[in-house]
Amino acid sequence: MKEFLLGKINMDSLPHEWFTFGGSLAFIGLGLFLVIVITRLKRWNWLWKEWITTVDPKKIGIMYFLVSGFMLVRGGLETLMIWLQQSFSVDKSHGFLTADHFQQIFTAHGNIMVFFVAMGFIFGLINYIVPLQIGARDLASPFLNTLGFWLFAAGAIMVSMFFLLGGQYAATGWLAVAPLSGKEFSPGVGVDYWIWSLQISGIGTTLGAINFVMTILKMRAPGMSLGKMPLFTWGAFCSMIMAVAVFPLLTATLFLMFFDRYLGAHFFTTVGGGDPMMYTNLIWMWGHPEVYILMLPCFGIFSEVVSTFSRKPIASYKSNVLGMIGVSTFALSVWLHHFFTMGAGADVNAFFGVMTMIIAIPTSALVFNWIATMYKGRINFSTPMLWFLGFIAVFSIGGMSGVLLAIPPADFQLHNSLFLVAHFHSMVIGGVLFGVFCGISYWFPKFTGLRLNERIGRYAFWFWTIGFCLSFIPMYILGLMGATRRLDHYDSSTGWRPLFIVMLVGGIVIAVGLALQIVQIIATFIQKNHLRDTTGDPWNARSLEWATASPPPFYNFTTIPEVSSIDAFWEMKHNGIPETKYQDIHIPKNTAAGFYISCFAFLVGFAFVWEIVWLAVVSIIGIIVVFIFRGFNDEPEYILTAREVQDLEEARTKKHLERTKLANDDDTEDMGVIDFIKIVISFAKDIVVNKRWRKW
Amino acid sequence: MVNEQTPTHHQAEADDRALFGFWIYLMTDLLMFSVLFAVYAVLHDNTDGGKTGKELFDLNLALTGTIILLVSSFTCGVGMIAARAGRKNQVLTWFGLTFILGLSFLALEFNEFSILIREGHTIQSNAFLSSFFALVGTHGLHIIAGLLWIAVTLGYIVKRGLNSNMVRKLAMLSLFWHFLDIVWIFIFTIVYLRAFV
Amino acid sequence: MMYNAYSISNGKGTFMTKRKSRSNQGRFVPIFLLFLVALGLLIRNLIRGKEMSVLNPMGTIASEQLRLMSVSLGIMLILAVPALTILYFIAWKYRETNEKATYSPGQKHGKLFSVSLWLVPLTFVAILANLMWPSTHKLDPRKQISSNQKPITIQVVAMRWKWLFIYPEQHIVTVNYIQVPIDTPIKFELTADETPMSSFWIPNLGGQLYAMTGHVNQLNLMGTTIGDYIGKSAEINGAGFAGMKFTARVSSQTDFNNWVTGTQKSSNNFTIKDYTDLLVPSEYNKAMTYSTDESDIYSKVTDKYTKSHEHGE
Repeated sequence: MKEFLLGKINMDSLPHEWFTFGGSLAFIGLGLFLVIVITRLKRWNWLWKEWITTVDPKKIGIMYFLVSGFMLVRGGLETLMIWLQQSFSVDKSHGFLTADHFQQIFTAHGNIMVFFVAMGFIFGLINYIVPLQIGARDLASPFLNTLGFWLFAAGAIMVSMFFLLGGQYAATGWLAVAPLSGKEFSPGVGVDYWIWSLQISGIGTTLGAINFVMTILKMRAPGMSLGKMPLFTWGAFCSMIMAVAVFPLLTATLFLMFFDRYLGAHFFTTVGGGDPMMYTNLIWMWGHPEVYILMLPCFGIFSEVVSTFSRKPIASYKSNVLGMIGVSTFALSVWLHHFFTMGAGADVNAFFGVMTMIIAIPTSALVFNWIATMYKGRINFSTPMLWFLGFIAVFSIGGMSGVLLAIPPADFQLHNSLFLVAHFHSMVIGGVLFGVFCGISYWFPKFTGLRLNERIGRYAFWFWTIGFCLSFIPMYILGLMGATRRLDHYDSSTGWRPLFIVMLVGGIVIAVGLALQIVQIIATFIQKNHLRDTTGDPWNARSLEWATASPPPFYNFTTIPEVSSIDAFWEMKHNGIPETKYQDIHIPKNTAAGFYISCFAFLVGFAFVWEIVWLAVVSIIGIIVVFIFRGFNDEPEYILTAREVQDLEEARTKKHLERTKLANDDDTEDMGVIDFIKIVISFAKDIVVNKRWRKW
Repeated sequence: MVNEQTPTHHQAEADDRALFGFWIYLMTDLLMFSVLFAVYAVLHDNTDGGKTGKELFDLNLALTGTIILLVSSFTCGVGMIAARAGRKNQVLTWFGLTFILGLSFLALEFNEFSILIREGHTIQSNAFLSSFFALVGTHGLHIIAGLLWIAVTLGYIVKRGLNSNMVRKLAMLSLFWHFLDIVWIFIFTIVYLRAFV
Repeated sequence: MMYNAYSISNGKGTFMTKRKSRSNQGRFVPIFLLFLVALGLLIRNLIRGKEMSVLNPMGTIASEQLRLMSVSLGIMLILAVPALTILYFIAWKYRETNEKATYSPGQKHGKLFSVSLWLVPLTFVAILANLMWPSTHKLDPRKQISSNQKPITIQVVAMRWKWLFIYPEQHIVTVNYIQVPIDTPIKFELTADETPMSSFWIPNLGGQLYAMTGHVNQLNLMGTTIGDYIGKSAEINGAGFAGMKFTARVSSQTDFNNWVTGTQKSSNNFTIKDYTDLLVPSEYNKAMTYSTDESDIYSKVTDKYTKSHEHGE
């Protein structure tokens, strides 16, 4: 009976180690804190109506940012744990982590950073910006979009569930290579948590991607042919098409892995005729394009930023678009370079090596195109441009090490070493994360109506860049010294230790950079009058997202613009902005269906991790029922009349004029870190001295 | 977008988008199936000393299933024509027929699986059977989903009548059903026919 | 009314120029460059006298691989260094505060420009690919190394978490230790038993290859300098992964012969029971050497898995 009700859960599944205690306390504490705050502020209704059931891609984008930002901090803590262990676990000392625990940490680090940080940030940006850039009011299917987000969030919770129950995550590396991830070698629930957190969020990604392909193809403003689409939208489009093409492979592969572990099938086992090498192939057929799914929107961001901040149109729009299409096309046919060392023949290896190198051609074309765009421009070095300039250096180093790794005989010496790890961190930090930071600082005025604090932002940039060099230059060297990745222990005779310590220092510097970014955002809100962007177009930008208010109204545009050139807004600014015609607008109604389905999906995953059959069945039925009700809901929209739109617009204009006055009266400058600390201290003093906490 | 003011046009655009989105979804589903096909192609010889497909499969049974599914595709198509013409009773009849045919296909498959399992040939036996059950079983799950979909849609048509929303839903449903038919033809060829060649 | 309540007031987007421009933005750059130099010096000091195994090849394969890497990197740098220099120079020259620099936003780029965007990297990739294709064949791990010496075969079994080596011709079995004569081709036959994929890597001698159950991968290496080198598993395969190391000793032919005869006479005899004991997972294993009379240990290991693959390789 107990087994029927609770599956494999027993007393041992409860937290009983320091890290599971710590993790559980942190998560429960954070949850309780949020519940108390929301209850005290009486915000539950607001939370439900404005956020949880929202179908507005702008709000969903913000929620993606919040989840990803939180996960970035968590993934960052794991980095520090990894490097702390590697700095001290030498000779007789085995550090403060067991080998198994250490392996779980880097596995979780990889999954969190790729799935829940990079992916989340990218989806957040696409959600917020793409509809605005193409002059659309909403997405092709607003419901699919909420569903995609909440599945993503459910996956993010699943990846943290092991703290509370089970106490172990996969200890297999981020792709859980077979047969190590099979029941034979990983009998615990760790790999099951891995499977279901990726499965749930992966399905969310597929749905989101389908939606954006539909949106971009079908909902562009009149006049915006594919050849006039802004470059970020192009990057997002390529990326989403790739996601549609490869995420089903991940879904299928994860199901097969699940059959192996749960039903005792023999797909990837060493016995019974299974073929572990097939797993390696399948997972990388998804895994390699995945990196480009993250990278392409960032290429788009950089293209926009370079053009805007050089105050010039992009040098060759056609080459830029072709470059992005080229990268995404070739990226589908290079997966084998992740396992040259598995013993394929020279012809096969050489073929995939060439395919990999070919990707360097469109990538270089993009870089050259950006150089030409800056040439004879008027370059403004605000933080978005700084992130771009940092990106180029790191990305070039990463790119060159990537081409080295694409040469099979060289790869034999570099594969699985820290050189490889340094390579892909150059790409993912230098390319994706810097791209995301570039995008966020570029569009922050759009999100909030406030410019980000420049001063602290610049410090954050330099801390990130210096921290990156401190961490990853030694890592390249370590790889050349023969240090393999994922080592929880080594001998001091290797001489690696001082470099590991430098890496740890670099990690701390990056952590300071991250902290500065959080400070930057808080400081921006503190100085909101001073930093208010009264123009709606703070960067003198070129594309349509700047042709509406910041932040935009929930219907995005009062009148859908007509587009006649690539830089639609730039042209509008120079040829005169057309008059506003108020009209009725169809607005999708809020829906909780996405939230409910994701809750059930989470329960399905949880049930299968712990083999609780009844819960799985009940939850699957739950999903189906919600789907039916949603599917046969014939009135998912309501109409906002022209009159209402006009009232809303006039109210907003009035408010904006008041804010502009406040902003013009404010003569302060961007605060620095020291000012910020002073403010925090005086705030804390105020609370203590005047006993303000009593009110709470 | 001036035209947006007219609600019918707005609806037509939304329908068009939904159908297009459904096509993309079918593509992702097809990709998932192609993984299962590829896995079957790699593993179908790895019987670990167990029986091969030739010894296990009943070609006549599979052929019967195939014919049933093909006919169901036909009835589904006729039902769709009726739906476009707005003939509610015919829609109910033809899709009802499709439902019954689908159900009998499922029964055949269930029968095949239960015989195999009773004789000790399960998903755990060897890689060949793992990939067989995964591929054919996934198709079967899709059929179940399709049947559920048909049943619910017909229920709503009885309740709400055959409005334009229902026609759009039927259009997607019939796409899905034809899609399953096509996947099955591949399964029939690659799994069953090939075992006997 | 307009689209956007504010864009009219700012039709020309004059905001950025109105702002007090902080001209000290560039002051970080020299500090950063100094930092890079300091970091370079620091790392140089930290690695002085340390073993840079990939850059310090002691075998034919490793030296060829290093040469290939250096040449390829050199070719890439010919493109990358000027490109980056030009990029940062242009960024600096056309900075907003530099009133003297020309500003031509309407500048048109011709066909030639677009074509060269693609042609330049294409040329470099063509050169690299041309270099890579033959060397991939030449350095194919399964290709025998040509030499006057008769090659020695060593059969390798990856186990949790140790390496088992079988010298079939010498009737010797070792754990976590191999000895090979200098300038003699060694043919490793890699497989694994009850162990996830492992990667066999001796950085000083040459690149790695996977050891997997049910497969035999061939790796040919040859030591050209006498010494002890570290070998390891480069692919994660469970909790004992970090401790799965061995010593590869390249010795003179005479030393090798003495070692072989010494070991063959050893009373430490390797039997099937010893093998079964080794299958039990264990970490940080010591090096062991045995003589052996068993001649089919390796084939038993590979047969154990091939049964399930009816179609074979």
